[in-house]
Amino acid sequence: MVENRPFLSILTHAVLIAGVIIVAFPVYVAIIAMTHTDVTLNSGAPLLPGGELVANLIAVWTFDPPGAPPFWLMVWNSTLMALIIMIGKIVISIVSAYAIVYFRFPFRTLAFWVIFITLMLPVEVRIIPTYEVVANLGMLNSYAGLTVPLIASATATFLFRQFFMTIPDEMMEAARVDGAGPLKFFRDILLPLSRTNIAALCIILFIYGWVQYLWPLLVTTREEHFTLMMGVRQMAGAQKVDPQWNIIMTAVVLAMLPPVVIVIAMQRLFVKGLVETEK
Amino acid sequence: METKRTVFPNKVLPYLFVAPQLIITLVFFIWPATQAVKSSFERADPFGFSTQFVGLTHYIRLFQDPLYLNSIGRTVMFAIAVTAISMGLALLFAAAVSRLIRSSQFYTTLLVWPYAVAPVVAGILWWFLFNSSTGILAYMLRYFGVIWNANLNGTHAMILIIAAAAWKQISYNFLFFLAGMQSVPHSLTEAAAIDGAGPFKRFWTIVFPLLSPTTFFLFIININYVMFDTFGIIAATTNGGPNQATNILVYKVYSDGFIGLNIGSSSAQSVVLMLFVIALTFIQFRYVERRVNY
Repeated sequence: MVENRPFLSILTHAVLIAGVIIVAFPVYVAIIAMTHTDVTLNSGAPLLPGGELVANLIAVWTFDPPGAPPFWLMVWNSTLMALIIMIGKIVISIVSAYAIVYFRFPFRTLAFWVIFITLMLPVEVRIIPTYEVVANLGMLNSYAGLTVPLIASATATFLFRQFFMTIPDEMMEAARVDGAGPLKFFRDILLPLSRTNIAALCIILFIYGWVQYLWPLLVTTREEHFTLMMGVRQMAGAQKVDPQWNIIMTAVVLAMLPPVVIVIAMQRLFVKGLVETEK
Repeated sequence: METKRTVFPNKVLPYLFVAPQLIITLVFFIWPATQAVKSSFERADPFGFSTQFVGLTHYIRLFQDPLYLNSIGRTVMFAIAVTAISMGLALLFAAAVSRLIRSSQFYTTLLVWPYAVAPVVAGILWWFLFNSSTGILAYMLRYFGVIWNANLNGTHAMILIIAAAAWKQISYNFLFFLAGMQSVPHSLTEAAAIDGAGPFKRFWTIVFPLLSPTTFFLFIININYVMFDTFGIIAATTNGGPNQATNILVYKVYSDGFIGLNIGSSSAQSVVLMLFVIALTFIQFRYVERRVNY
């Protein structure tokens, strides 16, 4: 429906521009802070860029922050953690959804409910006993400890189950008539059909892994496994004694950059993933 | 529960397929949760050699503890403020974007990216803005005679974490409100327009009521977000201070258990939170079954 209401159109744009400013302002200030020295930042809050961007970027990448490993190592840890969680969640979810939809076996409903229960048990409500399990398994301070306990995923399983239910039964019947077994059907028909869903889910799950904070905080005590989120927290926490805001804000902007770029670059897939995993 | 009309006859294969998910769930989710329930009814001696069943002692103490009651109060206030602000702004932005045709994609892109910002990062961004010595917002507030210091003033600290948490959640609520608005049939709004209803009247009498399933869904999701995902914001900014002003339940269960090593009390707090999530999940899935009300 097209209406000509000039005043309302101006209001609409005004509201949205205000919204964009509210949303972008904290990041704008952080980006400005990337381009100044700590002396400038501590003497006032500049609103226009300075000329120290390159110096700050070099400083962050070469600087060894107190109480945290070198920056590049944290970037590496965060990337690895996010990727392992993303791939792990997708693999175990897609195969369990396949089992639940395309097979009938005793305890199938039980298995479904056990997976469902994980929705009700976020790590925040079982902090100490989960830590103890990981400690007893000798998984503290390891990539396995950082990732494996987070890999179970009810939402991803439900998404794949939902999607498999929409695939016509004839597809599988035809494949079987042609002599395809369960593994061949999965590899040659189901996986290619799931491509878009997998891609959309990858975005959501990569972000999920990248932004984790509480779990890495629990299971890592040695610096070499610190993630970026722990590192920037550490740097910001040390700010009371020696506020090097230029370094802190440069690190913060770099830490938020990868997932934000992914969301902006792949907006359509991101929205699909978000809307579909949550319903 | 439904399956396909025909299924594969294999007997062992499906177990292999569900095994990884089930093993991880049992080892890292269900077993720890039962341990949390168990240790909330027990007291360990100081050397950890024996435990003693103490019934509901931890729970009774918990609900008599003024610090815990304070934490509940703070959490409720925090949850209401964050949910109201982020949902209100998101609804406004979604209503505005859904009016546009050509530039809607442009504005959507500029509004959705904070979803990808980590809670810790959101906390530090707002901490920097509100920092009493270098922050630009603190600087502006000084013009209005407000001496801003979130390190000392509990109200200031609470406003800080509300701002950070609400800011991060706007994008999520916006996307769902927008999707909801786009599914409202055009014929309804057009009919109302022909009957002479203006845009505001159409929004409040047609679009907003039809959005109520989305609004309800978002309400539950936002409560869940505020209760659990804001841990990073608190950890990066106030650490529950000053003087317990921002010590919300999820931060308290961590600091009492992991830093204070008060296992019994922390387990009881875990169980209380667990019951809360179970209730939320239950409500959410009851609702999903009856998705559309009209």
